[in-house]
Amino acid sequence: MQFGIFTVGDVTTDPTTGHTPSEHDRIKAMVAIALKAEEVGLDVFATGEHHNPPFVPSSPTTMLGHIAAQTERLVLSTSTTLITTNDPVKIAEDYAMLQHLADGRVDLMMGRGNTGPVYPWFGRDIRDGISLAIENYHLLHRLWREDVVDWEGKFRTPLTSFTSTPRPLDGVAPFVWHGSIRSPEIAEQAAFYGDGFFANNIFWPKDHFIRLINLYRSRFEHYGHGRADQAIVGLGGQVFMRKNSQDAVREFRPYFDHAPVYGYGPSLEEFTDQTPLTVGSPQQVIEQTLKFREHFGDYQRQLFLMDHAGLPLKTVLGQLELLGGEVVPVLRKEFDSLRPAHVPDGPTHTSLVARARAAAEVAETVGDGDVEAGTLAVMAEVAG
Amino acid sequence: MKPRRLAVVAAGLSQPSSSRMLAERLAQATKAATEDLGGEMEVEVIELRDHAHELTNNLLTGFADQNLRRAMDTVVEADGLIAVSPIFSASYTGLFKTFFDVLESDSLAGKPVLIGATAGTARHSLALEHAIRPLFIYLRAVVVPTAVFAATEDWGSGASAADRALSERIDRAGRELASLVASTDARRPNPYEDITPFEQMLGGRSD
Repeated sequence: MQFGIFTVGDVTTDPTTGHTPSEHDRIKAMVAIALKAEEVGLDVFATGEHHNPPFVPSSPTTMLGHIAAQTERLVLSTSTTLITTNDPVKIAEDYAMLQHLADGRVDLMMGRGNTGPVYPWFGRDIRDGISLAIENYHLLHRLWREDVVDWEGKFRTPLTSFTSTPRPLDGVAPFVWHGSIRSPEIAEQAAFYGDGFFANNIFWPKDHFIRLINLYRSRFEHYGHGRADQAIVGLGGQVFMRKNSQDAVREFRPYFDHAPVYGYGPSLEEFTDQTPLTVGSPQQVIEQTLKFREHFGDYQRQLFLMDHAGLPLKTVLGQLELLGGEVVPVLRKEFDSLRPAHVPDGPTHTSLVARARAAAEVAETVGDGDVEAGTLAVMAEVAG
Repeated sequence: MKPRRLAVVAAGLSQPSSSRMLAERLAQATKAATEDLGGEMEVEVIELRDHAHELTNNLLTGFADQNLRRAMDTVVEADGLIAVSPIFSASYTGLFKTFFDVLESDSLAGKPVLIGATAGTARHSLALEHAIRPLFIYLRAVVVPTAVFAATEDWGSGASAADRALSERIDRAGRELASLVASTDARRPNPYEDITPFEQMLGGRSD
């Protein structure tokens, strides 16, 4: 089980002080938060990608490369990479470069982006969102797996004899998650490729996500990547903690009440009742997160949103210490003991390289040309 | 044949409201007309007043909580819909519009709908035709020809011509909706069950 944090990268005024950090402060704070994540024993740091204020992370690989140079274990990821408006060729190049620099500690989460004007700013039409996600990812998938690509599609300039460089580290593409809030098509896409599916369930009620995740799991099995309960699922979460739960509620309430995403709407109590937001003691966070497994099945990655709504850096770093010190060690132990042996752990570069090698060996013994069947044959044992 | 499901949305703000009263009369007339055609009908009434906070929250957060979700599903999954609003400032109320704003786009396409409205005086009656009917046409619902307006004076007891006119209009509208529901399959495909296979989404690319 992998635990980590994901950040939106918003510049938001602290409603308790009226202080608004500069873009520079916020960018440096994101780096400090990532370094703290490694220090307290978390596994993953993921950054959003945005192309409009009040968000700063427009250039994720620059930031992740900088963090990679200062960390040793942390997996660097995105939440999300805009597969609709970015050129898939540039994604292939940028993230393969990052993968080399970070010695494999890289994966990505694909998303469509829901800010209307970003599409025309990058020459696209939001009404093509799903089609763009499907065509662009199909090309990206090929660019990382085929040395020379001839390609023609609806949206991008055709390619003839194109080689995306650098080739992925050890010949193994970075693992890809597909993030979705409401689209069954994206669950279907993730299932088709045998990629991971990340349900960013932080704002919506669980029933909706149970439906979406179950669809992904059953289609993962349908496409022959393994059993439904072996599909690779990631979940979002959102917490604020103090030793004493009343203190957590008192301190977090003004941030909740004025937050850009849900401020002036439901009460904190209604929202914690309906969504995975937990405001309370570390023990309450542990109990709530363990419930995710009951609702969604054994899963591979848990990311928490910790640094939003104008929370000051000092508070966020303190929250990470509680998360890494008191919450995650318990969750890690519990989840690992509950997970059946045939359900895989979260994919890493090391596990993907092992899987590719095992598949190649099987392909050699079964004969030429059936690498795909070989991959499937060994998937369960290697993944376990 | 399975009973047809009729969803009734009433946007009245007082309790009891004349919009709810008109909505129930329309529902009874539709059910009776369905039975005359040899069918059965189950009726579920949704008072938007009960969902007013949830609707505002949905506007702000982008999601419906479980109560509102149930109400929205009832409407989207019904075979027919009756929608009644009070007339405020020459149009439907904000609450009425908000409910139809937060439904997923296309979710009322092809749905048989009967519209009704209430107000203090009959001077507002054409709001049905210049505001409410265009809303449902935009949503690609199929709106029956008779729309029913009830002014306060229409509820006067006795057998006056005006009172009979309202009852007759309700019955006619009910018959129109019943016959449209009987001949329409308004069931929406469920994207979680009726899956478009990925190869089809890729548009037959084999490369």
